[in-house]
Amino acid sequence: MFRKILIANRGEIACRIIKTARRMGIKTVAVYSDADADALHVEMADEAIHLGPPPAAQSYLLIDKIVAACKETGAEAVHPGYGFLSERAAFATALAEAGIVFIGPNPRAIEAMGDKIESKKFASAAKVNVVPGYLGVIQDGEEAVRIANEIGYPVMLKASAGGGGKGMRVAFKAEEVVEGFNRARSEAASSFGDDRVFIEKFIVNPRHIEIQVLGDKHGNVIHLNERECSIQRRNQKVIEEAPSPLLDEETRATMGAQAVALAKAVDYDSAGTVEFVAGQDKSFYFLEMNTRLQVEHPVTELITGVDLVEQMIRVAAGEPLSLRQEKVTINGWAVESRIYAEDPTRNFLPSIGRLVKYRPPEEKREGAITVRNDTGVAEGREISIHYDPMIAKLVTHGPDRLAAIDAQGNALDRFVIDGIRHNIPFLASLMQHERWRSGQLSTGFIAEEYAGGFAAPQPDGEVAHVLATVAALVDHIGNERKRLISGQLAHGRPLEFERKRVCALGEQLFHVTLDTQGEALIVHFEEEDGRTRRISSSWRPGDPVFEGAIDGASIYVQVRPILNGFQLSHQGVAVDARVFTQREAELNALMPKKKSAGVSKHLLCPMPGLVKTVDVVEGQEVKAGEPLCMVEAMKMENVLRAERDVTIKKIIAKPGDSLAVDAVIMEFAE
Amino acid sequence: MKHIIDGLEQRRDSARLGGGVKRIDAQHARGKLTARERIDLLLDHGSFEEFDMFVEHRCADFGMDKGEKISGDGVVTGWGTVNGRAVFVFAKDFTVFGGSLSETHAQKITKLQDMALKNRAPIIGLFDAGGARIQEGVAALGGYGEVFQRNVMASGVIPQISVIMGPCAGGDVYSPAMTDFIFMVRDTSYMFVTGPDVVKTVTNETVTAEELGGASVHTTKSSIADKAYDNDVEALLQMRRLIDFLPSSNKEEPPEWPSFDEAERLDASLDTLVPDNPNKPYDIKELITKIADEGDFFEIQETHAKNIVVGFGRIEGRTVGFVANQPMVLAGVLDIDASKKAARFVRFCDCFNIPIVTFVDVPGFLPGTAQEYGGLIKHGAKLLFAYAEATVPKVTLITRKAFGGAYDVMASKHLRGDVNYAWPSAQIAVMGAKGAVEIIFRADIGDAEKIAQRTKEYEDRFLSPFVAAERGYIDEVIMPSATRKRIARALALLRHKELENPWKKHDNIPL
Repeated sequence: MFRKILIANRGEIACRIIKTARRMGIKTVAVYSDADADALHVEMADEAIHLGPPPAAQSYLLIDKIVAACKETGAEAVHPGYGFLSERAAFATALAEAGIVFIGPNPRAIEAMGDKIESKKFASAAKVNVVPGYLGVIQDGEEAVRIANEIGYPVMLKASAGGGGKGMRVAFKAEEVVEGFNRARSEAASSFGDDRVFIEKFIVNPRHIEIQVLGDKHGNVIHLNERECSIQRRNQKVIEEAPSPLLDEETRATMGAQAVALAKAVDYDSAGTVEFVAGQDKSFYFLEMNTRLQVEHPVTELITGVDLVEQMIRVAAGEPLSLRQEKVTINGWAVESRIYAEDPTRNFLPSIGRLVKYRPPEEKREGAITVRNDTGVAEGREISIHYDPMIAKLVTHGPDRLAAIDAQGNALDRFVIDGIRHNIPFLASLMQHERWRSGQLSTGFIAEEYAGGFAAPQPDGEVAHVLATVAALVDHIGNERKRLISGQLAHGRPLEFERKRVCALGEQLFHVTLDTQGEALIVHFEEEDGRTRRISSSWRPGDPVFEGAIDGASIYVQVRPILNGFQLSHQGVAVDARVFTQREAELNALMPKKKSAGVSKHLLCPMPGLVKTVDVVEGQEVKAGEPLCMVEAMKMENVLRAERDVTIKKIIAKPGDSLAVDAVIMEFAE
Repeated sequence: MKHIIDGLEQRRDSARLGGGVKRIDAQHARGKLTARERIDLLLDHGSFEEFDMFVEHRCADFGMDKGEKISGDGVVTGWGTVNGRAVFVFAKDFTVFGGSLSETHAQKITKLQDMALKNRAPIIGLFDAGGARIQEGVAALGGYGEVFQRNVMASGVIPQISVIMGPCAGGDVYSPAMTDFIFMVRDTSYMFVTGPDVVKTVTNETVTAEELGGASVHTTKSSIADKAYDNDVEALLQMRRLIDFLPSSNKEEPPEWPSFDEAERLDASLDTLVPDNPNKPYDIKELITKIADEGDFFEIQETHAKNIVVGFGRIEGRTVGFVANQPMVLAGVLDIDASKKAARFVRFCDCFNIPIVTFVDVPGFLPGTAQEYGGLIKHGAKLLFAYAEATVPKVTLITRKAFGGAYDVMASKHLRGDVNYAWPSAQIAVMGAKGAVEIIFRADIGDAEKIAQRTKEYEDRFLSPFVAAERGYIDEVIMPSATRKRIARALALLRHKELENPWKKHDNIPL
């Protein structure tokens, strides 16, 4: 076995590989760019080598520097992670030439599977299902109909030179083929100057299902079942699970056998993934093979109990696979959410900055539930503009699909991130989505279910009552402490505990009566004819997550203080909660509704300085807190941020302008 | 006897109605609450004890003797508790003669001021009034004077808080001006010495009441107000929160309650708070909220002179005043506004036994004619003076820059700082490297290589906390992650600090 390996990657995957290596007693070497000097993977590794400036092309993609780093540190092998150099045959070759082991497949396998046409040829030869179609040039509509009839409907007519949906037509029956062919051809000619059109089977409501394979240098290949990754946004996977709710035992066995056959055809000798597109009727067709460790590999690890990184290291060291196909089983269900630094309410625009708070749920196994969080960051670190905006992969495992989903929902409710925008509200809300929970998936899921984008749902029904109950207890705990303040009048009235309260969730009011019962609070809801909820919690002021139980059921809610109240977030719902006494509520009802007051239509330069950058364009909508421009003064870069949600009407200053105090930098729309 | 008792209740009910239902409705229509409603929100439920409910004016001029007399005469006064602690409160009643000040109205206030001072409890004034009752002439002016005198006598003895919840003009403005804090309600309150009509006559300026003295003007430009709130309820609930931070008088310790936050809590994220690039700012409020108990911070003057942050928090359940340069704004430089803002806050803390925790990241004083002509020397000296005279516990932490005179000013060891810490990232020097090298090695200016070498030498030698630590100006260089623990320990040590300034009638701070 190797004594020391180098990880040619960064972020969560570098950290994840280091963990396994450490457990195996192997020393680790990290590499890093300037932007990652303080990164977690550098801290975790035994040694770290600096590569260069932040852009990947000048750091993580430099083969020579990584080979040199291996020589310098005496690393005997390199794990490439995913992305960066992981699927570059040239990298594997360069390492081999330097006498360093590449922890991945042989370069020929990488090359063969890296080419779309070549890989399909290998697949056909290995009797793997490929999407039926005709790649030759079709002369006319008549020929098109003949071919379409052979393939079976529906079919897609597609410009050979195409892209972006131009020159694409779907035909559900023969009559539609001729017209579709002609339209596709003319569009192809006018858009691409190339009128060649080909035909392929069109898969309605396709699903993305992939098979994990594992091979060694002795000709053994096994598969570790499937993962389904149909929840995607613009071809980017968002949620993955294993196994797939679609497959039955028979389909799984067939898919697995085909994946193994393909792997064997290229002498595959590491961990890899064969991706399929599947129809709702469980038909499936080869898409491509990824010759690396996949981002979503943890779901496979949790249902099979196999550490894929360990297996990759072992086979790279020449060990034969110790695992036999018949020993690979499926234990329970695993779901993974990719937590990205992006704003789900603003079309998933990326967000960067400092993780002012980063408190993931505790990783543990409790009863039948396992929570795992693969991450490359920690509180106080930066999400930089240079790399993938993925913050973490949150994985939960339970005995069945709904148990894993509910565990995921709870874990997301406990996952606190402040300082940047992130997609946890979206993910948490998705875990409650009926269609997702029922497993009726397709790669169009997000586009179909969130056609108008994502807006944080407002609380209603039971969720609203649950949050009102939590608000009542959070407020009650705060009040209990206030009663303990020093300096109270010796013979004053004892502070009255007002049992009748009004919980305001935004504009929604809940009239409640409170009773204490030991540590628990009994909340009677007037609007529900006095229905009670019993809530208890060990929450104390300052805790970002409220963990408690309502009528015995666990509840997790994030609590952020606001003026005279707190913002509660739960299952993607975010709402401002305030708990009033009856008198306060009565008087509060008299208060006029206001929009944010005292707003300025202009961004003024707060100090004499030099405009360095303008970060917005005219017409852009900007959320409160986002940077508008940067002004250098006192040799310091001062980022001017939007004080409220605004639309940029006009930009007056430009980079390089030297401004006086109160000079207008830009105008906002009304 | 029963009818006599009933008679009292009837009189009380009538007095409680103030100017009557119609005027109360009009007050609500303006988005404002009545004096008694406001008191209900400010005080613990049922704790208010009213004084002088039946006082009426004695004016006979201009037909005042023939018009109606309303019990209470435009101001409601009394006392009650906020979370069990006694406070005195007077609230102008706009429904009664527009809340205008008469001789008797003033007497109600001065009686309350006298009681508050004698009993050493805070006094809170809720303002919503039309100024002096003109029909009363000099009697009203005399009334103002009596109130002013008592404001001054109480200053520094008991906390005095003013909340402006409606018009506050002319003679009415000076009493709030002499209290410790002024808060305003957005859109419904304004404060000025002379109103838009007089302004138009005298200077020919056309200006609205909001532009002349609204909450946004006074919380950003003039700094008259310490904070603004969206409505009466929001403002008064926040006053309850503020009172929980303040001692009842200068003889009392700040209030204390059980903290749910470990004093020993380490925070690894602080080790990466100061960016590697010395020109990159960071948010000092992150440090404050990560050091204070439970992240709870009551900021004062949040929207004025943002280059310095001041406000109240707690450590181990006891109030402390935080003062911190803000690198996010103007690099945290000290200018006129920042010096005045911080100086006043430091003096408040010193008056009321509130320990001061200072976070320093200051590149110096702001250069320029605007500052010099504006009197930066004397205004900057206010902060220096305030820190130097303060005898409360002073714990200081230098996070990054502490350059030039600003280093001395910011609660340095030389100004009797009790415990002075620095992070390893601290740079304590007369100035930054570039400026220093250009002066010290003026002869080498043409030689880029030599200058680069000299700059490096300077940076290595001076841009660290260790030169200061070698001299004992810094007591210890601490790990950022251990800041809360270290500050909590220092404050615990200083709980029994004894330090007195020499006897004097009063000092002569550069005003």
